[in-house]
Amino acid sequence: MIKYFDNAATTALDKDILDKMMEYFTDRYFNPSSIYTPSISVHKDVEESRKRVADAINAKAEEIYFTSGGSESDNLAIKGFAYANRKKGKHIITSCIEHPAIINSCKSLEKEGFEITYLSVDENGFIKLDELENSIREDTILISVMTANNEIGTIEPIKEIGRIAHEHGIKFHTDAVQAIGSVKIDVEDMNIDMLSMSGHKFYGPKGVGALYIRKGTNVTRMNDGGHQERDKRSGTENVPGIIGIGYAIETAYKDFDKNVKKITELRDYYISEIEKRIPDIKLNGDRTKRLPGNANFSFKYIEGESIMLLLDQKGICVSTGSACSSKTLEPSYVLLSIGLPHEIAHGSIRVSIGKHNTKEEVDYLIDSMVEVVSKLRDMSPLCEEEK
Amino acid sequence: MYSDKVMDHFEHPRNVGVIEDADGVGTVGNPVCGDVMKMYLKIDDNEVITDVKFKTFGCASAIATSSMATEMIKGKTVDEALELTNKAVAAALDGLPPVKMHCSVLAEEAVKAAIEDYRDKKLKEN
Repeated sequence: MIKYFDNAATTALDKDILDKMMEYFTDRYFNPSSIYTPSISVHKDVEESRKRVADAINAKAEEIYFTSGGSESDNLAIKGFAYANRKKGKHIITSCIEHPAIINSCKSLEKEGFEITYLSVDENGFIKLDELENSIREDTILISVMTANNEIGTIEPIKEIGRIAHEHGIKFHTDAVQAIGSVKIDVEDMNIDMLSMSGHKFYGPKGVGALYIRKGTNVTRMNDGGHQERDKRSGTENVPGIIGIGYAIETAYKDFDKNVKKITELRDYYISEIEKRIPDIKLNGDRTKRLPGNANFSFKYIEGESIMLLLDQKGICVSTGSACSSKTLEPSYVLLSIGLPHEIAHGSIRVSIGKHNTKEEVDYLIDSMVEVVSKLRDMSPLCEEEK
Repeated sequence: MYSDKVMDHFEHPRNVGVIEDADGVGTVGNPVCGDVMKMYLKIDDNEVITDVKFKTFGCASAIATSSMATEMIKGKTVDEALELTNKAVAAALDGLPPVKMHCSVLAEEAVKAAIEDYRDKKLKEN
């Protein structure tokens, strides 16, 4: 049996959601843009799904645009907004720990004459609000800061960031891909103008996401074609995916308190047992303001890919910020941004607990972690020098 | 991603440990880069490597190449061991992913560093 502790990478699609999606592949395959009766009915279901997504974040249905996932939503938000608003200014503020979909969208814009400020973060991964305020310029058009970080789980002060943005007449985008289903989001209360999400992070299907765009926020579409998604996103709708993401987000917030409580308890148990049983470790990210399922530890003197692969041999799936798991041989830029030295960043393991994990599985993970870390440390020349 | 042989040597590394009275010890690599290998050699009067142990900080391929290199030089003379190449270590493991070839280079360098240490000590004795 696989013990899956990589729920930040993706989650298992709920079976009852899959059941609801199936008829849109086969019996009800109709194109929602057509105007005969079967299509009108599918169109209606797509709009109901849009409403479900909107309701979950206190938006209006007409402010939700379906995309292929988090990366496309981020690209559309950052580049689409920049292109539509370039006459107002060319400056964008983001953080240095954003997902590559944001960072690389910003890099692309830099080549086209936009100027980007990448805010630093403190040792727990929080952006600094005074640095944000000091970075704002006359020509700043957009601030984009993630709701929660995918690697270290830190939950950013989104409401305050949105307030600062709005005080200066600047629009605020947040990449909430990791946060949906784990953090309650209210786009009105939190001053959010655009928000990215991805279905498969909250037990929905892969290949579908959404971008919330507040009414009155100008965004240029990124792909030319037909007039789907009110001209913001051409291409025939991924109807089964759209149906899936709607039910998935509805389920995520219906079961929110129960799931978050259970997941947080399992995570805190994992953290306390690891801290009790393994010396020379560091918990990365903030102890409390973190995603309920996220636990990211650095294990000194050993390397993350080795830990990950030995856990894999025991049927456990986790992820690492080690250089050796990347193609660049550089450790995670998020871990370096919170000030970890390279040699500590190499030894980091992210565990992300989900709603299907059990206490028994977490116990197995803890025991396996103790065994694997001890085995690798026995093999490490760094360990011996230190002692 | 890794061959079965790499996984075998990674999960069951041969010759892990320390030789307290080693005749030659070599350390190569840098923790900042994510790999450090330390190799210990016991060498008899005929310059035959009678025992070899290693300790490695690094990824699966760093551990596997260290393990394979120790197997390949055990029982060999010092001169024979100096002929060990990183390519031979990688080939003996049925290949390494391109980004991991540097691990085999470290294994070759660790063997050479340990032999150099042995020869330095010898020179000083004489």
